Amino acid sequence: MDPTRYILKMENIVKEYSGNRVLKGVNLSVHPGEIHALMGENGAGKSTLMNILFGMPVIHGTGGFEGSIEVDGQKVTIDTPLKAMELGIGMVHQEFMLIPGFTVTENIKVGREISHPTLLSRLAGRSMELLDFDMMARDARKALKTIGLKVDENSLVKGMPVGYMQFIEIAREIDKTGIQLLVFDEPTAVLTESEAARLLDAMRTIASQGIAIIFITHRLDEVMEVADSMTILRDGEFVARKEIAGSSVVEIAELMIGRKVEKLVDDTLEDNRIIKEDDLAVRLRNFQVAMPGEAVKGVDLEIRKGEIFGIGGLAGQGKLGIPNGIMGLYPAEGEVQIFGETLNLKRLGEALNHRVAFVSEDRRGVGLLLEESIEQNIVFSAMQVNNKFLKKYGWFRLYDAKQAHDWSEEMVKRLDIRCTGIKQAAGRLSGGNQQKVCLARALTLGPDVLFVSEPTRGIDIGAKKLVLEYLVKLNREEGMTVIIVSSELVELRSISDRIAIISDGKLACILKPDDSDAEYGLAMSGAYKKKGGGEHA
Amino acid sequence: MRDNVKGVVRQVGLPRIIIGGFFLLLLFTASGFGMDLMQIVSDIIRRWGMYGVLALAMVPAVQCGIGLNFGISMGIVGGLLGGLIVIEWKIAEMPSLVAIHPLFAMWVAILIAIVIGVVLSTGIGWLYGLLLNRVKGSEMTVTTYVGFSIIAFMNIAWTVLPFKSGELIFPNAGEGLRNTISLASSYSGVMNNTFKFSIKLPFGAIEIPTGLLLFFFLMCLLVWLFMRSKTGAAMSAAGANPMFAQASGINVNRMRLIGTTLSTVIAAVGILVYAQGFGFMQLYNGPMMMGFTSVAAVLIGGASATRAKISHVLIGTFLYQGIMALGLPVINLFIPEGNLSEVMRLIISNGIIIYALAQTGGESRD
Repeated sequence: MDPTRYILKMENIVKEYSGNRVLKGVNLSVHPGEIHALMGENGAGKSTLMNILFGMPVIHGTGGFEGSIEVDGQKVTIDTPLKAMELGIGMVHQEFMLIPGFTVTENIKVGREISHPTLLSRLAGRSMELLDFDMMARDARKALKTIGLKVDENSLVKGMPVGYMQFIEIAREIDKTGIQLLVFDEPTAVLTESEAARLLDAMRTIASQGIAIIFITHRLDEVMEVADSMTILRDGEFVARKEIAGSSVVEIAELMIGRKVEKLVDDTLEDNRIIKEDDLAVRLRNFQVAMPGEAVKGVDLEIRKGEIFGIGGLAGQGKLGIPNGIMGLYPAEGEVQIFGETLNLKRLGEALNHRVAFVSEDRRGVGLLLEESIEQNIVFSAMQVNNKFLKKYGWFRLYDAKQAHDWSEEMVKRLDIRCTGIKQAAGRLSGGNQQKVCLARALTLGPDVLFVSEPTRGIDIGAKKLVLEYLVKLNREEGMTVIIVSSELVELRSISDRIAIISDGKLACILKPDDSDAEYGLAMSGAYKKKGGGEHA
Repeated sequence: MRDNVKGVVRQVGLPRIIIGGFFLLLLFTASGFGMDLMQIVSDIIRRWGMYGVLALAMVPAVQCGIGLNFGISMGIVGGLLGGLIVIEWKIAEMPSLVAIHPLFAMWVAILIAIVIGVVLSTGIGWLYGLLLNRVKGSEMTVTTYVGFSIIAFMNIAWTVLPFKSGELIFPNAGEGLRNTISLASSYSGVMNNTFKFSIKLPFGAIEIPTGLLLFFFLMCLLVWLFMRSKTGAAMSAAGANPMFAQASGINVNRMRLIGTTLSTVIAAVGILVYAQGFGFMQLYNGPMMMGFTSVAAVLIGGASATRAKISHVLIGTFLYQGIMALGLPVINLFIPEGNLSEVMRLIISNGIIIYALAQTGGESRD
């Protein structure tokens, strides 16, 4: 490794999406043969930075970016992915881009086939040349050997273990001639522990041949194990570039989370709640949910009556699976108790019947009937679950338009939903107002336990504050147990009494809002297990 | 001004404006050629009531999420069976009923036919619904072919079903049911003739089939009430957004079953309403394209594959049948040779189906 030479140097990168600055002067520099970790929470700007590096259309279609990129000392403009490829920059994708019905060799060589001319090709051009399978197989074997995967290069990719597919992706990248820099986008997220260990070995092997690696990951322990240096981003800002040797896990974790001073909620409400440790609202035992991308793999959790309980963690770690599983939206297993009563998870609407309400993170997909009126959206669940807003005509129960109208008007006023009237279609509202409609529907159910999932995703700061303050008000004044699931730590820490961090589908630990940033960083990066992962608050 | 026009176009819908304009154009042409406009208007009103209930069958189907139900022939078959059984039993000719009033006997006959049809089509619809729950995402293709298949299957069944009445089976010791069965001795025109009256105008008279229209509106009212019930609301939600419905504790598959069954049942009633107005029951390939006619009607009315309301049925059936009733005589004026009305019908109904399906874009609902 030559410390004076940089294979890649991105300086002062600034990127705006329609006035919203997502990258605010970020630097990234990598030496040849170095494994460089790129770290940051969701939304820190990692993907945008990589999109710039690869000249993705999403960047140039939205006004380009500011700043400079140097590859191997030469200033370059990368405006298409093809250009990035020519410069020897490759990427190993998180979702595998392999063709299942092709063999390993074909997958490795696809688009770069070796062929030799035939009589026909002399007449009809290169597309008529014959493939040289022997040569291709030789190349494939060589690439596979480099990364240490023992697999028959003539077997089909279909049906191979996930770990193998990841390796084949890597083999394809390093088979490209002149590859100088490889980006690994969360490569271990889908792998088992032993596969991940092998992958890290392979990364070392690749780096030792002089190819630089940018390693995007959330897992601090992996970074400590394999990386030489790292760049930390936070909210689109460049925080630090550090050498791994000489820094501690705690220090890095602290840098990742950072102390954010903004206070989201004015805490003016009196707190005369009495929360008892053994008076439980929700109790989970070995709770598992098969939610794609957010699988929960066995969580034990005890949520006390009357508290505001936060559930945090990075995207894809399973925190969203918990409320979705309890509400029966995805198949779940294990034991769920609400105020001591066990739910029958096989029965639809079981949680609703135990006075549990849910505001989904997927407003447009799950939360709303977009084409129906605000009124319909607000009263619908209560009508179905509690038989509210129905008037009896003999044996027939019909929609009680007046009652529904009055109630909706009141909710619109109470939550300050900005609309042209309660007959407006919910799909026409802004994100924040849609969220308030979802909240209104949940409250109409008159719940004792309220799950709110990503309540402030995609809504402006004013609405955010109102929503959070309203949740606090419900908790303080009506004694509602509120469970807030969010990717935004600031938000969790500003209103929760306790916060559970979910990592890899399991409970990492339960923290207090005023615990140190380092503790949060460690818990979220999956490094907590190493420290014993004890219960906290 | 321009925005206003655009707003109106969006609100009313381009196809409705085009079809409505075409309808008016035909009306002017017809009067220009000195046709008996009042008779044509009477015809349109009569057709409106006759076809309306069949088009109404689309509402629960679309609302519960299976999309446009091209397979209403499933229900039609049930209704036809009901009608046949009533003729076989000679209910309309029972002396004790005729003694009260001949029209009363006919009403008893058609109501019994409806009850039998409803019972049969409930069972058929339920099975049909079970099938549709297994083919989520491609319901409309499946309903089309299920509709065709049941017709083919019944083509065999009509020849072997053990009906004995001379009015039903082929004459001269033939076997199997006739192609076209006259309802003259059973319930022909029973609804049309109930409380029928004419509005006399200086240039002709408009005939109002009161009983037919009342029955049609009653069916619309029943469906409208159902849509406002708890189950109806749950069904609409299950169709509009299955995940949303599930989050409110609604069994989406069950709602689809209910919607499909209801659609099938309404179709069974619809074919009997149609048959009594027409005066004949058509078996074999007769009901083959009924699904397309009904689909085209609600689509013209402003429905889509994901949303249909009673008003769409009322407006759509009127416009569609209006064009059918007007189109034939007007076009025959221009091109006297050949039977162009069938060609017209095909062009309009299939054209409007293509337009509407292209508009919805065939997006998946799951």
